Amino acid sequence: MPIRPKNCAIALATAVSLCTALVSTAAIAAESVNVYSYRQPFLIDPIFDEFTKATGIEVNTVFAKKGLVERLKSEGKNSPADILLTSDFGNIHAAVGADILQPVNSDVLNANVPSEFRDPDGLWFGLTNRARLIVVSKDRLTDNRPARYEDLANPEYKGKICTRSGKHNYMVALTASVIAHAGADEAGKWLNGVKDNLARKPQGNDRAQVKAISQGECDIAIINSYYMGAMLDDEEQTTWANSVDVIFPNQEDRGTHMNISGVALTKASKNRDNAIKLIEYLSGPDAQAIYAEVNHEYPINKSVKPSALVQSWGEFNYDAIPLADITEHRGAASRLTDEVGYDN
Amino acid sequence: MSQPAKTNDKRLLTSASYGGGLTFDGDAPAADPSAYAPEQKKRSGWTVAALLVAAIVCLPLFSVIWLAFFPEENIWPHLFRTVLSTYVLNTIVLMIGVALGTFIIGTATAWLVTHYEFPGRSLFNWALLLPFAVPAYVIAYVYTDLLEFAGPVQSLLRSWFDWQLASDYYFPKIRTLPGAIIMMILVLYPYVYLLARAAFLEQSTSIAEAARSLGVSRTARIFRIALPMARPAIVVGLSLVMMETLNDYGTVDYFAVRTLTAGLYDTWLGMNNLGGGAQIATLILVFVMVLIGLEKSSRRNQQNFQPSSSRFRLSSRTRLTRFSAVMATVFCALPVLFGFIIPAWVLSGYTISYFENSWNQDFYRSALHSIGLSSGAALAAVCIGVLLSYSKRLHPTRNMNVSVGIASLGYAVPGAVLAIGVIIPFAAFDNAIDTLATRFFGVSTGLLLSGTVFALVFAYTVRFLAMAYGSINSSMKKISPHMDDAAKSLGHSPAYILRQVHIPLIRGGMLTAALVVFVDCMKELPATLVLRPFNFETLATQVYQFASDELIGQSAIYALLIVLVGLVPVILLSVRIDHSRDIGNHTRDIGD
Repeated sequence: MPIRPKNCAIALATAVSLCTALVSTAAIAAESVNVYSYRQPFLIDPIFDEFTKATGIEVNTVFAKKGLVERLKSEGKNSPADILLTSDFGNIHAAVGADILQPVNSDVLNANVPSEFRDPDGLWFGLTNRARLIVVSKDRLTDNRPARYEDLANPEYKGKICTRSGKHNYMVALTASVIAHAGADEAGKWLNGVKDNLARKPQGNDRAQVKAISQGECDIAIINSYYMGAMLDDEEQTTWANSVDVIFPNQEDRGTHMNISGVALTKASKNRDNAIKLIEYLSGPDAQAIYAEVNHEYPINKSVKPSALVQSWGEFNYDAIPLADITEHRGAASRLTDEVGYDN
Repeated sequence: MSQPAKTNDKRLLTSASYGGGLTFDGDAPAADPSAYAPEQKKRSGWTVAALLVAAIVCLPLFSVIWLAFFPEENIWPHLFRTVLSTYVLNTIVLMIGVALGTFIIGTATAWLVTHYEFPGRSLFNWALLLPFAVPAYVIAYVYTDLLEFAGPVQSLLRSWFDWQLASDYYFPKIRTLPGAIIMMILVLYPYVYLLARAAFLEQSTSIAEAARSLGVSRTARIFRIALPMARPAIVVGLSLVMMETLNDYGTVDYFAVRTLTAGLYDTWLGMNNLGGGAQIATLILVFVMVLIGLEKSSRRNQQNFQPSSSRFRLSSRTRLTRFSAVMATVFCALPVLFGFIIPAWVLSGYTISYFENSWNQDFYRSALHSIGLSSGAALAAVCIGVLLSYSKRLHPTRNMNVSVGIASLGYAVPGAVLAIGVIIPFAAFDNAIDTLATRFFGVSTGLLLSGTVFALVFAYTVRFLAMAYGSINSSMKKISPHMDDAAKSLGHSPAYILRQVHIPLIRGGMLTAALVVFVDCMKELPATLVLRPFNFETLATQVYQFASDELIGQSAIYALLIVLVGLVPVILLSVRIDHSRDIGNHTRDIGD
């Protein structure tokens, strides 16, 4: 059979409709809720499964690390998404700025989520908390360990520090918190000092920094708390995690910098009731326990205990500055990082 | 399949030299329109269809450029003052490094397998294409895993020499700019190899014999005759390589190399300034247009070197003696070893040890998704490629040339940015339909196209159209315009002529186009992530989810399958090379 444009078109139409048929039809099921997620599926899927078991409501997800806010914004009032799930406060901030969220007023949520971790108007809610920790080599750095983020700029740690890219959300948030507390000039000096102490060019994720310590490339790293748990749960990575001690910085002053993962209801939501049920479920004891046990994050819900590992680190003081105050300085923090050439 | 090449004649040779501009003098648009009134009507139908399709394909690019007009703030003073020089320098070094490496490996191996006989030659003939199936981000993960401190290579060295810590010895770091250059060379050189090899095969032996009879040395024959003759093909290969290098994010991000593309994402996501990011994307586009311009001008100077295929004769290969034969074997074996065998070996090892975790419903479904999407996009790209190149042949106006040129630029835009460029017009279209339907029928249609596989297939088509169009157009150009004239004089319509004359002759080029687009779609990641429907995984998204969390073991089976599925077209492609020399101009006309 000769290849003809008509045949071509028919074949194309067939291929496309085949693809469409492959797509889960769950999106049009009666009881469902649609989620755009910046968080990774292997963490949230087990929670959604439990939710579906408990309520019969199907959860459909799109996961991506970038572009979901833009997608929501372009799709406008017809967007199929009911919920935006974010991996850090930066995503929430971008979503608020794009004006794609609607407020939720729920007694359940107000009871489950402490007021410092939710928007006063109910536009977003924190779900989990992570501490930005300093970890140090168990064997090689036994004395004179850093106790504050500020200490990382001390020349005595020259060539000893590893971090991920200074432009990553978690690092930008930390720098923004330093700006919020000490002003841009001090923050600039600090960041410059940390840069001078770097053992290698910033690279990899937080986990890779601990690996670098276990391999002797450096002695100090800055990581999010849950990475420790994740590594201890992995056979191969246990040795990395066991090579470091955990330090909660700034216990004598402002407290350890925290970042939240959060959730918000979209303006376009068509399954509003189901969506609110899911948001409430995520802040409730069952989901919070999974967050705590599977991902070793601090549950936002005070009635749920952290995992045994996280509890073993003990109580600590956290930086209670409102997240919005830190977020305000993100742009400045990002520019500062370029100015000191942190990643170069 | 090699028939089209044989139909070449003098007229085509001269006309081709105009670089795809006003090609067929008999068809010049300046002809008196009234004389051809009925035909003019049909022609304009084709032109309108082609221009329409080209315009639709250009939409994502225009969205990106449109976004560039609305930055949150002006990023340039800050960028100039701080990181821009680093971005630009890294980008240039990366591109030059990759271009040099792919040029040397691609042309040297192509020269060896076409002109010499040595052990393994017929194997390398196609095996050299294998790394084409390996995505750059996968090879980056694999080599990091192998060569890092805890990897097998360094562990072995430590146990041999009794070293303990990383500070005890020197070992080159893989996550660096040179590391990124090497990774990209390993998977991108097949573009150059493919094109250079075809060009060398096409070269008439009579020229080489003439040169030899005049006492020109072997080195001089290579550098003064063969290479300049193959230059257009090699330059096309290199420009594909450089565009691929420019839009790569996975590898440079993993290796922490700050290129323009990395800066683009940082501006967009880190500084929450999509408009600023779009400005950098536009800058990259300008960069690419310069590249394409260079490529075209280089082709313009090559007019006298177009070989006459009717005088083509297969050159006999020189049998290499012991030492040089071994050297040739080793030289051809290395890229295959490092670009394919080692990564495939490592991935297989992981796949076996994590097999029980990975072999499940997800795996099966994501494979189906990848294959379905890639086939759809390959088909779409081929159909559009045929439409554009045939319409241009019928009616080669300046408008047509420009729109086809712009339509091929999608290849240079980083995937996630292109994805945003796709979302904007799609959502606008859907919302407009919805508004109309609500107003006139009281029914809300919701989003018809956004968030469906259609959006994905569209994005892939836009991204890879350049390759499909290039391959098809170069096949099309080899068909003598006399055939069109003859068919026309028999009173056939352009559609009939396309079906009965052109398509049978360009089937080879269409197949090449489909295969190349298919393989590239299998590997595509960033646009897929952003555009996909609910609960939709492809092989590439699965690899990414695990590997970005340093869980390379779990990702291995997906990566391996991308490679294996990609192998099928690669093998078909190499079979085709062996049976046809018509591939010489594969994608020669990119951005025409």
